[in-house]
Amino acid sequence: MSAPTPALAAATTGPSPRRPAPRLRTPRRGGGSRARRSPLLTVLTALVGIYALVPLAWLVVNATKTQGDLFSSFGLWFGDSFALWDNIQATLAYDDGVFGRWFANTVLYVVVGAGGATFLAVLGGYALAKFDFPGKRAVFAVVIGAVAVPGTALAVPTFLMFSQMGLTNTPWAVIVPSLISPFGLYLMWTFAAEAIPGELLEAARIDGAGEFRTFFRVSLPLLAPGIVTVLLFTTVATWNNYFLPLIMLRDSTWYPLTLGLNAWNAQAATAGGEAIFNLVITGALLTILPLVVAFLFLQRFWQSGLAAGSVKE
Amino acid sequence: MTARPRRLIRGTALVGALALALTACSSADDGGSGGEAVDTASVLEEGGEITVWAWEPTLEGVVEDFEAAYPNVTVNLENVGTGNDQYTALQNAIAAGDGVPDVAQVEYYAVPQFAISESLADLSGLGASELDGTFTTGPWGSVRSGEGIYGLPMDSGPMALFYNEEVFTEVGVEVPTTWDEYLEAARAIHEADPDAYIANDTGDAGFTTSMIWQAGGQPYAVDGTDVTVDFAGDEGTSTFAAVWQQLIDEELLAPVSSWSDEWYQGLGDGSIATLTIGAWMPANLESGVPAGAGKWRVAEMPQWEAGQHATAENGGSSLAVPAAGANPELAYAFVEYATAGDGVQTRIDGGAFPATTADLESDEFRGKEFEYFGGQQVNEVLADSAANVVEGWQYLPFQVYANSIFNDTVGQAYVSGTTLTDGLAAWQEQSVAYGNDQGFTVSE
Repeated sequence: MSAPTPALAAATTGPSPRRPAPRLRTPRRGGGSRARRSPLLTVLTALVGIYALVPLAWLVVNATKTQGDLFSSFGLWFGDSFALWDNIQATLAYDDGVFGRWFANTVLYVVVGAGGATFLAVLGGYALAKFDFPGKRAVFAVVIGAVAVPGTALAVPTFLMFSQMGLTNTPWAVIVPSLISPFGLYLMWTFAAEAIPGELLEAARIDGAGEFRTFFRVSLPLLAPGIVTVLLFTTVATWNNYFLPLIMLRDSTWYPLTLGLNAWNAQAATAGGEAIFNLVITGALLTILPLVVAFLFLQRFWQSGLAAGSVKE
Repeated sequence: MTARPRRLIRGTALVGALALALTACSSADDGGSGGEAVDTASVLEEGGEITVWAWEPTLEGVVEDFEAAYPNVTVNLENVGTGNDQYTALQNAIAAGDGVPDVAQVEYYAVPQFAISESLADLSGLGASELDGTFTTGPWGSVRSGEGIYGLPMDSGPMALFYNEEVFTEVGVEVPTTWDEYLEAARAIHEADPDAYIANDTGDAGFTTSMIWQAGGQPYAVDGTDVTVDFAGDEGTSTFAAVWQQLIDEELLAPVSSWSDEWYQGLGDGSIATLTIGAWMPANLESGVPAGAGKWRVAEMPQWEAGQHATAENGGSSLAVPAAGANPELAYAFVEYATAGDGVQTRIDGGAFPATTADLESDEFRGKEFEYFGGQQVNEVLADSAANVVEGWQYLPFQVYANSIFNDTVGQAYVSGTTLTDGLAAWQEQSVAYGNDQGFTVSE
């Protein structure tokens, strides 16, 4: 994802209607031709690519095996059986179909949590970039500070606070902390500062548009690439969220997929527990599919978003 | 249904009046329980709602039967994590004073830690003191501390030697009955196939303490807040370390951690030939190692001296009632049902290994043939082991912590030049320091 290949560079010009696109391509061509001739870079990129893809390949291959086959066959190739469909059915049916429930929970947390976090980050970032108000520097310091504090460190204090409020063991305990994304706010702030020319806002105001109208009709379309970027970040973070739900939730019917799969995995390591490695692996595959789809679907917006921020007006 | 009258008789004979009140609760109230004990029947009749935190899979069936038998009671069974995860959650809930369950599964090694911090209710006043003799000595000793009873034994893990018969036949070695023979067998197996080992071990606190327990060691002594940790002068510890050090030095142990994927693989393909482990293992083998079906057998665990019959407990857990729970009487009624009442049979049918002497002695239980073990009557070996557990073992009141630092101390013996004895000394030192920090008076 990180190394821009020529193919992706070409794709950036596609969806972006922005005028400076040709200028963007010119320097990249010069740099790109040098990079293409470097065997070292090619080898490094290939290694990193393999490093990133092998676990995924392993997951896909092993989701096709029965539990017996998992241990008796070579890990990176198919076994004697092809049990993918059986595994998927068993995963969805195991324990009264609790996997479906966990999936729905995760979607709920992502839609409300990540969606809400993005919405708040857009509002806040826009306000910080385009309005002057007292205490702006203090807000800046708080946001930068918040980016530096790992969520793990806040988990236990948050738990104690939420249990005072009677919110633990409810979906709100997962959703409310997810609504706050200091990094997303910071990203939207810098993005809004770059992407929305102040003159444009002034022109809109002179034409008589109210602040809300200016925001929704003028600014929001310009912010779209940045919004997608923040949405991707918060979606991935919420989809993968493990530690927070782990300490907040007791009732397994509210578990997200990460916790549920871990509970299934832990079964194999407890006296009398049923080992269901094939279901854990298949469940993991089903869990990452929506993220893969989200990335493939949204990355073109993301690419143009990165380009937009880098262009001089 | 058919099991009911038989259980009633067995329960009456061994458990006494209280069990009668419980199992016969649909009939007239016999009023046989003592003045201070909970009148289980009327508590159950009145009903209510309790929350149970447990990861043990057979409890699901127990809860279903319990709710069917006592329709006024609702039991919320929640799996909040296994072992340490659950203890963390429990400690958090207790600290927050909110969301504390009415019943919690607590492993035997962790019971003292929760008992001494007064996180668990003393069940002796609720009727548990009348259950003397119901449970085998190992688990019953594990849930008691002084006069208090801090949980009822749910399952037990008397140790036995699980072995892959195919491997022993191929190599032409007898199944060891002493640890010296075990060492010989380890050499023979590894020599015949350099990829095969008699066992895996990368340092496991529960296994090590159980082995010292079997050897008659008592490195831990607990009297209230006065604690002694002494591995250096403990005879059982040196007996264990002498033999195990040779296995480590000669690289006769597979460098594979228990419960890992490689472990399950090794148990299936014969590269790990034996397991000296608790009696709950059959269910795990059946579900986790399908490739080993028909190959595995069970024998008495090897002895430190020929002719002895000494065993120890490994694993196993109790159902305890957290002190901050809202409904201790109903919670106790459920705990008793699950550990000493009708719930026991449900759990046995689900593959669990009970801690109740009545069941361990019953012909039906002992005579059960296990297809996975080539038709062997496995429970006979395991139940005998339960009766031979060495008495007097104690865990630390901060064993959860001690076990968490095991791999940094004793575990070094498996990966570096440190000896087990040095590792145990380091473990002792750090355990003592931690205990003193926590307000115990710890001597060495």
